[in-house]
Amino acid sequence: MNKKITQSIGYSLVCLTILTTLFFLGSIIYFIAAKGIGILSWEFLTEVPKKGMTAGGVAPAIVGTFYLTLGAILFAVPLGLACAIYLCEYSPKSFVVNMIRMSIYNLAGVPSVVFGLFGLVVFVKFFNFGVSILSGSLTLGIMVLPKIIASSEEALLAVPQSYREASLAVGATHWQTIKNIVLPTSMPGILTGIILGVGHVAGETAPILFTAATFYTRGYPDSVFSEVMALPYHIYALMTEGVHPIEQTQIAYGCSLILLLLVSSISALAIIVRQKQRSANE
Amino acid sequence: MEVAAKMLRVVTAMTKEKIYRWIFAILAFSSVFFLVGITITLFVEGLPLFREVKVFDFLFGTLWYPTYDPPDFGIFPLIMATLWVTVGALAIGVILGVGSAMYINELAGKRQRAILKPVIEILAAIPSIIFGFFGMVIVAPFLQNLFDIPVGLCAFTASLTLGIMAIPTICSISEDALSYVPNSFREASLALGANRWQTLTKVVIPAAGSGISTAIILGMSKAVGETMTVLMVAGGAAVVPHSFFDPVRPMTAAIAAEMGEAVVGSTHFHALFAIGLVLFFMTMFFNVIAEIVSRRFRLKLGLAG
Repeated sequence: MNKKITQSIGYSLVCLTILTTLFFLGSIIYFIAAKGIGILSWEFLTEVPKKGMTAGGVAPAIVGTFYLTLGAILFAVPLGLACAIYLCEYSPKSFVVNMIRMSIYNLAGVPSVVFGLFGLVVFVKFFNFGVSILSGSLTLGIMVLPKIIASSEEALLAVPQSYREASLAVGATHWQTIKNIVLPTSMPGILTGIILGVGHVAGETAPILFTAATFYTRGYPDSVFSEVMALPYHIYALMTEGVHPIEQTQIAYGCSLILLLLVSSISALAIIVRQKQRSANE
Repeated sequence: MEVAAKMLRVVTAMTKEKIYRWIFAILAFSSVFFLVGITITLFVEGLPLFREVKVFDFLFGTLWYPTYDPPDFGIFPLIMATLWVTVGALAIGVILGVGSAMYINELAGKRQRAILKPVIEILAAIPSIIFGFFGMVIVAPFLQNLFDIPVGLCAFTASLTLGIMAIPTICSISEDALSYVPNSFREASLALGANRWQTLTKVVIPAAGSGISTAIILGMSKAVGETMTVLMVAGGAAVVPHSFFDPVRPMTAAIAAEMGEAVVGSTHFHALFAIGLVLFFMTMFFNVIAEIVSRRFRLKLGLAG
């Protein structure tokens, strides 16, 4: 009897935690959706800000986030994938390679603001790219690099060794095996990692604080050396700068909703890709 | 003639292989180079501070007035702020995250699990700036009214917001750990007459213990390094906190808020990099511990190859 009571108390507590979790996370989505939906309009998505950030749209911030994300991915994906291929397919299992792997994985946990410091010193100052799309993209790219390497390596390791052996046995070279057998087989896994990386980069603010972002630009960026507006930074700036807090908060709701929709649909896409891969495997 | 052509083909194929190998090696080492560059940069820009400020005074000085004349560079208030906020966030994140993982793993039906798992994963991807914004416009005013406190932006608000943010991460890693526990463990326990709750608390959770600890340590590392949320909701006062309702300025927030105004190459600039260095080592410490614990976990359950 006592056992049963403990069990039902325990289970009720467990149910309570999941309900609280869903309540908290649901309320974030609810508040942002409910207050943001009224702000969203065609104009909000396509116009530049007007009247000291109190009217008009946030199109330059959307475009800026697009450029920064694109730049970061163009930088991080070839480098990260090549690194994963080297570690997994070419390198002997030596002590040095293990050290390299350890250091890469540890850097995955370094706070994003520290990457911002690095970008400031190296790209903005040392290479003299200034506060620009280029500096911001490179900083974001380096931030996401360890994650791309880790997910690609995991995907490559999941390819059965027998596939490689079969390919080599019929006379294919090492590179032909990688190109024709290993990469196509691991592609869905690699792709999932890249898509999650895109979502992460698009929403990240701290690394672009001192390397790329600005509160207001008159129009759209015209070169990789322009400062840009970016959605996540714009939310921060709207809440902490400017002279019309009430109107700005409304615009911040709109930006948050756009960012939330953007990032959740990206991660939903990653989950779908992975699910498809799993059902194809079974 | 034919033999020569064949040999030539073999030789070019071999050089081609070598070239590919080299290309990958160069790309791999250049990414390592960038990543090592971060560590070097932090040292190069952070260490000059200690020509002017003693390490002890930097870590344990209780005054952080970097722009005063003469300036004070004691980051003890910032470290304490990070600690308070992290401990508060963990209390919330661990209870709700691990509890939710237990629900998903043990109580949820197949259908519920098929919905809850991807939902939790999508929630884990929500950018921190959105949590910061939510904390600022909804949580802070709510708590201010609820507890009748002078300012809503304080350590407690930051803990709560950060805790909510950490739930999905802690939940999905803990859930993985629970699902790695072999079913035979559960069956053996049930066969001995234990009920499901006893099986969960006495068999499954101890077996998954180090996996759950990994989740908690990684959650902690994330909370320590999180910037935008604490920048927006922690209140920003660089004073050693005495209660959870004091406004605080965690280390990450200090870097983010002050880097804009610090003159490049000034002592203040170097001090902010030195804070970066402290953060770097703190998170690295957590990650190494997490790695060790999770390796032990995999060994224990026979998952390591």
